[in-house]
Amino acid sequence: MRAAQGHLNDVIRFSAVDGPGNRFVVFLQGCNFDCIACHNPYTINECDSCGVCVEPCPEMVLWFDGRHQVVVDDDQCTDCGICIDVCPSDSTPLSKMVELDDLLGRIEEVSHFISGITVSGGEPTLQADYVAGLFCSLKCSDKLGHLTTFVDSNGSADRETWDRLLPVMDGAMVDLKALDPGTHKEMTGVDNAAVLDSIRYLAEWQRLYEVRLLMVPGKNDSPEVVERTARWLFDVDPEMRIKLIGFRQHGVRPQFSHIPEAEAAHIESLAEIIKKVGIKELVVV
Amino acid sequence: MNMEEFRIRTRQVVNDPTLTYHQRKHYLAGLAEGVLEYPTLSEAAAEALNKQIICDLFEGPAPYRGRYILPNYAKALQNGSAHLELDAPTDLDEALNFLLIMYTQVPSITGYPVYLGDFDKILEPYVADEDDESLYRKLKLFWRALDRMLPDAFVHTNLGPHDSRISRTLFRIERELLQVVPNVSLKVDPDLTPDDLILDAVMTVFETGKPHFVSHPLMVRDLGEDYAAVSCYNSLKIGGGSHTLNRLNLKEVALLHQGNIDSFLDETLPHYVELLAELIEARIRYLVEDAKFFEHDFLAVEGLIELDKFSAMYGVYGLAESVDLLMEAAGKEGRYGHDEEANALSYRIIERISTLVADRPMPYCEGNNGRAFLHSQSGIDSDLEVTAGTRIPIGEEPEMFDHIRAVAPHHDLFPAGVSDIFHVEDTVRRNPSAMVDIIRGAFREGMRDFTFNLATNGFIRITGYLVRKCDVEQFDEMGGRHGSTVFAAGSVKNSHVTNRYVKRVLSRESSPRAPQ
Repeated sequence: MRAAQGHLNDVIRFSAVDGPGNRFVVFLQGCNFDCIACHNPYTINECDSCGVCVEPCPEMVLWFDGRHQVVVDDDQCTDCGICIDVCPSDSTPLSKMVELDDLLGRIEEVSHFISGITVSGGEPTLQADYVAGLFCSLKCSDKLGHLTTFVDSNGSADRETWDRLLPVMDGAMVDLKALDPGTHKEMTGVDNAAVLDSIRYLAEWQRLYEVRLLMVPGKNDSPEVVERTARWLFDVDPEMRIKLIGFRQHGVRPQFSHIPEAEAAHIESLAEIIKKVGIKELVVV
Repeated sequence: MNMEEFRIRTRQVVNDPTLTYHQRKHYLAGLAEGVLEYPTLSEAAAEALNKQIICDLFEGPAPYRGRYILPNYAKALQNGSAHLELDAPTDLDEALNFLLIMYTQVPSITGYPVYLGDFDKILEPYVADEDDESLYRKLKLFWRALDRMLPDAFVHTNLGPHDSRISRTLFRIERELLQVVPNVSLKVDPDLTPDDLILDAVMTVFETGKPHFVSHPLMVRDLGEDYAAVSCYNSLKIGGGSHTLNRLNLKEVALLHQGNIDSFLDETLPHYVELLAELIEARIRYLVEDAKFFEHDFLAVEGLIELDKFSAMYGVYGLAESVDLLMEAAGKEGRYGHDEEANALSYRIIERISTLVADRPMPYCEGNNGRAFLHSQSGIDSDLEVTAGTRIPIGEEPEMFDHIRAVAPHHDLFPAGVSDIFHVEDTVRRNPSAMVDIIRGAFREGMRDFTFNLATNGFIRITGYLVRKCDVEQFDEMGGRHGSTVFAAGSVKNSHVTNRYVKRVLSRESSPRAPQ
């Protein structure tokens, strides 16, 4: 089934940090994890039109429409971000339902500048039909068929969902927040069985572009835990590409502002541990 | 300037602690030339020059050498030089030695050669017997000599579009030595230049801000196979060059205009376009007919430059302000770089100038069928509140895609060069192939030449030429070894180039005159 509309938070036309080469990135709205370290928490939930943001908007471009839904005048919005700051629900009034053809048009505009598309979020596999439709349209297009298709995922999708994407998806970047289920639950609110299975399954299909390990001080960054995680990943695929990322406070919700940022020297020492396990392709951010 | 002023200025140069001996000599020569009378101009042209509506870039009133000279080094290496008493080299050592000697004898507006040759091509006949290590060692010594002997950021070499061992070795050396000199351009042909060579160039950009990227097919269309980008992104014919580079201040023209956009395009603009043409013609005639440069310089005598490959460069700048002023006068809010109507007006202005310049015969410009070459002039250190060439003002640049789309249509109409400089985020260092994508896309979009700057390497592009950040910071106290640093220090003070919006860098061109 091909969903004609997707719930988009935003797009970035040029990104150098979302997969190989220069990429057009689609951020979908909505996520099924609630990560303490989330850098864009306004992509987690759907807007429920509570209207808390309407009054504080300094440009007065937010209002209730006839069905009591919060709407925005795009042309007048200055992207000041105040609506996101005041949102009590980790959402935004600025996300949009976007037709697949409109999105394809925007991609076509920049197609000769990019290596491909990355769908991120939010959690893109929650809108797997839309993503599959997008990728399928790209792969079937004369003009856009050269573009590679990537998904940036929290790994929560089941095999059935991945099966819908695999025929048209070139690669996936998957976050592994923690190898230990208890820690994972503490950091994301959910168990990690599906994530571990996604990593195995995508590796098996050779569609796992990279696994990202976000090191949150005091949570998942002890040398022993990192070594065990690296070993597990090495056993899944010795050629595994890992991106090791130190936690930063940027964008994180106020209730988690007490979490300290990762120290560069510590991240470097963890990188050495991962290399020692035998991982050859390691990117440290 | 009366005698008393002349003495004061001369004394200032002689005693300036920030100038080297060679720099003082260069400026003293400029002061001496400056007391001569200017070539005869009409009253209107003289007044426009006086008011800096048209500008001769301080080239001096009595041109005695072409501004940009591109000797045919391949021919010199093949034939040897009677004037230099040098036989044709037979190996790499002799070739490098030959070139270093020859560079000291190439005239230019700055006193240093603006073009060193396309090294991958001119050295190719001499490298077959060199193993990689020996090639690396010899080129590295040569590279160091270029920076120390020719301390001027306008000294420029070209590589590409084909891959070569020489280009690969030179990029490696560039990344190791981190020198200002020489400036480097990579000619890119979508069909001939492999991604891997562009990637090597991008890795070099990360460290040095070099090379500049040039659309080979577009240049070949306009200039033929034998062209090079020299000095500050001036593309000209090898074996030829440009007699002079003068420029029209489009902001000033718009300020003087009274009336609507059509009358600007039909009356005011053509009037000033012709005044600049008159200035260029007078300067060319002096160089060729009075100073008789082409009759006595050994490069011309030995056929290493040919008058019929020369032309002159017709520069324009301040397009952004010009467009905004005309829009404002028409009661419209749109600004250049952001508004489609404003952009469309900018294309109309440049197309109009292009037609006028193409219709204006120019003596001794057979290098371009008897016409001047249009050039988007990238500014000089003393420019204030006027944007270089056809660029979008510093701090107002839209995101890169919109930026490219706005300026690319201009590139088609500037055979003698139009450069845009894009400032990129440091994160791209981890993903250099993203830059390769952007480079290929920009050329497909119609860009002729451009470069990138990163905030985190040790270099900054001022008007298109590079300076080391540490040199600019030290300049006021200690002076600089490179002639170009003095201009950079002026630019940084005048236009906040170090203080700009994180995405882009302005580029401007040097003024070869004494600092005041």
